[in-house]
Amino acid sequence: MAGSNPNAKPMDLTLKVWRQKDRNSAGSMVTYPVVGISPDMSFLEMLDVLNEDLLRKGEEPIAFDHDCREGICGMCSLFINGRAHGPERGTTTCQLHMRHFSHGDTITIEPWRAAAFPVHKDLIVDRSAFDRIQQAGGYISVNTGGVPDANEIPIPKSIADKAFDAATCIGCGACVAACKNASAMLFVSAKVSQMAMLPQGKTERKTRAENMVAQMDIEGFGACSNTGACAAECPVGISLENIAMLNREYLGARLTSENLA
Amino acid sequence: MNWFTKTFSSTIGRKIIMSITGLFLISFLVVHLVGNLQLFKDDGGAAFNVYSHFMGNNPIIRTMEIVLLLGFLFHIYDAIALTRRNKASRPVGYANNHPQENSTWSSRNMGLLGTVILVFLIIHLWNFFVPARFGGLDPIVVENVEYDNLYIKVVQSFQIWWYVAIYVLAMVALAYHLIHGFQSAFQSLGLTHKKYTPFIQKFGYAFSVIICLGFAIIPLYFFFFFEL
Amino acid sequence: MILDSKIPEGNLAEKWDKHKFNVKLVNPANKRKYDIIVVGTGLAGASAAATFGELGYNVKAFCFQDSPRRAHSIAAQGGINAAKNYQNDGDSIFRLFYDTVKGGDYRAREANVYRLAQVSVNIIDQCVAQGVPFAREYGGLLANRSFGGAQVSRTFYARGQTGQQLLLGAYSALNRQIAYGKVKMYPRTEMLDLVMVDGKARGIVVRNLITGKIESHSAHAVVLATGGYGNVFFLSTNAMGSNATAAWRAHKKGALFANPCYTQIHPTCIPVSGDYQSKLTLMSESLRNDGRVWVPKTKEIAERLRKGEITVNDIAEADRDYYLERKYPAFGNLVPRDVASRNAKLVCDEGRGVGASGLAVYLDFADAIKREGQPAIAAKYGNLFEMYAKITDENPYERPMRIYPAVHYTMGGLWVDYNLMTNIPGLYATGECNFSDHGANRLGASALMQGLADGYFVIPYTIGDYLAQTPYDKVSTDHPAFKEAEAEVIAKNNQLLSINGTRTVDDFHKALGLIMWDYCGMARNAEGLKFAKQEIRKLRDEFWRDVKVTGVNEELNQTLEKAYRVADFLELGELMVDDALHRNESCGGHFREEYQTPENEALRDDENFAYVAAWEFTGVGNEPVLHKEELKFENVKLTQRSYK
Repeated sequence: MAGSNPNAKPMDLTLKVWRQKDRNSAGSMVTYPVVGISPDMSFLEMLDVLNEDLLRKGEEPIAFDHDCREGICGMCSLFINGRAHGPERGTTTCQLHMRHFSHGDTITIEPWRAAAFPVHKDLIVDRSAFDRIQQAGGYISVNTGGVPDANEIPIPKSIADKAFDAATCIGCGACVAACKNASAMLFVSAKVSQMAMLPQGKTERKTRAENMVAQMDIEGFGACSNTGACAAECPVGISLENIAMLNREYLGARLTSENLA
Repeated sequence: MNWFTKTFSSTIGRKIIMSITGLFLISFLVVHLVGNLQLFKDDGGAAFNVYSHFMGNNPIIRTMEIVLLLGFLFHIYDAIALTRRNKASRPVGYANNHPQENSTWSSRNMGLLGTVILVFLIIHLWNFFVPARFGGLDPIVVENVEYDNLYIKVVQSFQIWWYVAIYVLAMVALAYHLIHGFQSAFQSLGLTHKKYTPFIQKFGYAFSVIICLGFAIIPLYFFFFFEL
Repeated sequence: MILDSKIPEGNLAEKWDKHKFNVKLVNPANKRKYDIIVVGTGLAGASAAATFGELGYNVKAFCFQDSPRRAHSIAAQGGINAAKNYQNDGDSIFRLFYDTVKGGDYRAREANVYRLAQVSVNIIDQCVAQGVPFAREYGGLLANRSFGGAQVSRTFYARGQTGQQLLLGAYSALNRQIAYGKVKMYPRTEMLDLVMVDGKARGIVVRNLITGKIESHSAHAVVLATGGYGNVFFLSTNAMGSNATAAWRAHKKGALFANPCYTQIHPTCIPVSGDYQSKLTLMSESLRNDGRVWVPKTKEIAERLRKGEITVNDIAEADRDYYLERKYPAFGNLVPRDVASRNAKLVCDEGRGVGASGLAVYLDFADAIKREGQPAIAAKYGNLFEMYAKITDENPYERPMRIYPAVHYTMGGLWVDYNLMTNIPGLYATGECNFSDHGANRLGASALMQGLADGYFVIPYTIGDYLAQTPYDKVSTDHPAFKEAEAEVIAKNNQLLSINGTRTVDDFHKALGLIMWDYCGMARNAEGLKFAKQEIRKLRDEFWRDVKVTGVNEELNQTLEKAYRVADFLELGELMVDDALHRNESCGGHFREEYQTPENEALRDDENFAYVAAWEFTGVGNEPVLHKEELKFENVKLTQRSYK
């Protein structure tokens, strides 16, 4: 079947891919040629093609995380040609298409690099630190049932929209990968500010900010130096305003909460 | 650790210290520059020497000097602590990295710029502050009162080309340090708002350039346009 | 085996309340003596696990992804239905119930659907309390929109990312319980077998996807919330990892599989662009609110278009056939999914399809842009247009989108009774994993509703009834039943690893997908289905002779993961074909070409097929045994669905 652009010529590329057997082994960049890549393929489909080739040759395919391939689950990662999720802004790797590359290109593919994201294998990293940060306070403590009618809590549309913008974080980790300090501030701030903005989240806003930041520090992420790389590379456009809000929330919470620890 | 030290040794807490001390140091720059502008007064350095005498002896200024020193120390100490942490946060780097696509050079090199400024500061203090405070300057009489002639020391120093070059380079570094640092301080303190942040950013940029230009003009002026 | 659906007595509106009163309760202090396993952490799984934890049970939750937040519920775009009637437009619990039963082409259980409509209102309250940022009006109250096949505005939404926001809400509730220690979370862990002791579900065998280690977990009850099996078709809107393995292996242990042939083909997906295609991307159904679906009026024009002799903008208004508006004046472009999909296939089969492959129809926003202006359309659909442009490299503001139906959801699943328990005591199935609420076709914005209804508001009650009658004694994972199941799993994995054939797993998967799509897809017929059955068997034999799986079990091995999932799809595919072949009628997503009205609409046979087909496994390659659960309709009148 022809693609949407029948005139697009297939490309030959050279891939330099990080290969690492497991968490405890050393890894290295390995070079693979790929031929006949259609510009309409997604980046991950291009890797599928390479993996099928490797398999047929009896070689171990390259392990990489991916799931929905629609840009929403946050499972795919990859540091492509020196950029988190590749060269296109506002795009996850699964939504990156090969038409953004040219015949003859060499493409480097590396895993997210951070002490808090150890490599499991090849391009797959362990992002469970993100889950632990969420567990530290990324929720509103309501049990199922026994809640008021949904329309009993009116929320100004502008605030609901802003909270939504923060809530769209897909937890992919590109912010950490792109940050020179491997800081998780954008990720943490998205959740803290989403809930701090909403009336439902106000009850626990102090403990939430305190606990999530404490966990973020325990996980070994770096500090924010406001380079803005995170927001620039964020595939869903989480704003730096959230980081400012987190700073405010955190300082306010630490200075005024009853928590002496 | 109690809650206070814990707060200010967290990553965000340290950034807050960085911002507060940074903004304080920026305010010092303004005072320093305004004072230095007296160098341009065509009175053989009289006003400048009186001013420097005042700065060296007024008890309030002397107290503020200690605060200033503490500001530097905290700024530097936290910078080192954060940098060490940040380095440790990515033990294995990227083989191919293009950060220029997502951030400015100055924002990524605050440590380097800060180090340049620190080295300059040591030279600068050694050259002017140490002799002014601990002796070694020639005396000069202004309106029947004897002062240390810091003015002549400045003028002499700025006749040396490499000394001027160090100053100018350091001011370029300072400008870049401030261009990122000024607005970054507001971000770290959470002082952002749709209405004011764009102004803060523009003002910070203009401020950084003007202040550093102001400092850099002094050695250039004395080198090019002033003869002993 | 007699299937007892355990539908409570009494009139429809009172059944659930009465049942809640009649179920046995577990004393709060005793809840901590019970362990529950939840497999899958999408909407149905995460909500159930969190609620169990809140109630005081000890929960172990499992997902194959690296975090519960990745479950494919996250990709649901459009919204979630609830009979709140906030818009004062005539909605009610009964109307939601009625629409859902009718939308399901009268192949769902009345009592289940009514309960679903009842608890739908609680879901919205719950989600708002959790901080889910639903769309709002300027007055600060919740906004609604109308959605696929409904004439009232009852759909709550969060831009085009409703599933994401609901899942993150459930994930946050789950996280809270993980933090309290009530839920122990096992990410990157895949269930590979169900363990039964004395005829009851008592645990599972899992594989740690990082180390490859095979481990057992024991509990008093097991809840499967593992989603649907649309990936049998290889190409679908499901996530790459979505699979049927947990449910299928439970089926092989005795759980009945109901209505496997009911597959929802979603009408608005981005068409296939090449052989390398790994998945299909859905464009939210909400696009049909403003977009108009059309193809060229004649085959000749379509041919010239495909050859590139003319472009879409050269086609005169008079030469465009807005076939949905023409055939269904009342619903127009908003007909239910099955109807929209089938009509797209019809016009493409007539040779009037567009795009290079001829397998696409236009979804045109030109009129909407003219009417409302580009900014208004961008505000409503901007993110979808962007996604389309990203994938196809075409600007939908200037040229109509090309869309084609794709496999999206499976209405079939494990058979469950009113309590959501399968025929195996202690084994439950919730969400898309069960068959219960959507009949033969699911309406838009109902999947999220069902997943959360099951997890938050149904199973927390019904599981207590079972546990209250279950002794506290725990079964050790050293029990022979566990050891046996572990040994079987290990043997199966080792067998896959030892074949060392020539064809890759994806190769087999694609071949299976093609068979399923061609013969058990949007339109089926007896001849094709019989052929497909033979082809699947041949393919399965070849798979076990010639598949190539590299590496070893004791490592992160994505090829092995795919291999055992596809091995299960190769068995499940045959059951789907069996079910489709036996159901000599057309209903909802199951369209048998032999059974259609003169206007090509689905022709049901209520006299002979108003039942749930629940299949019993009898061994691979053996014919499954059919069990029927008759469907009684006491509150709705069975009519031919009409959207004219």
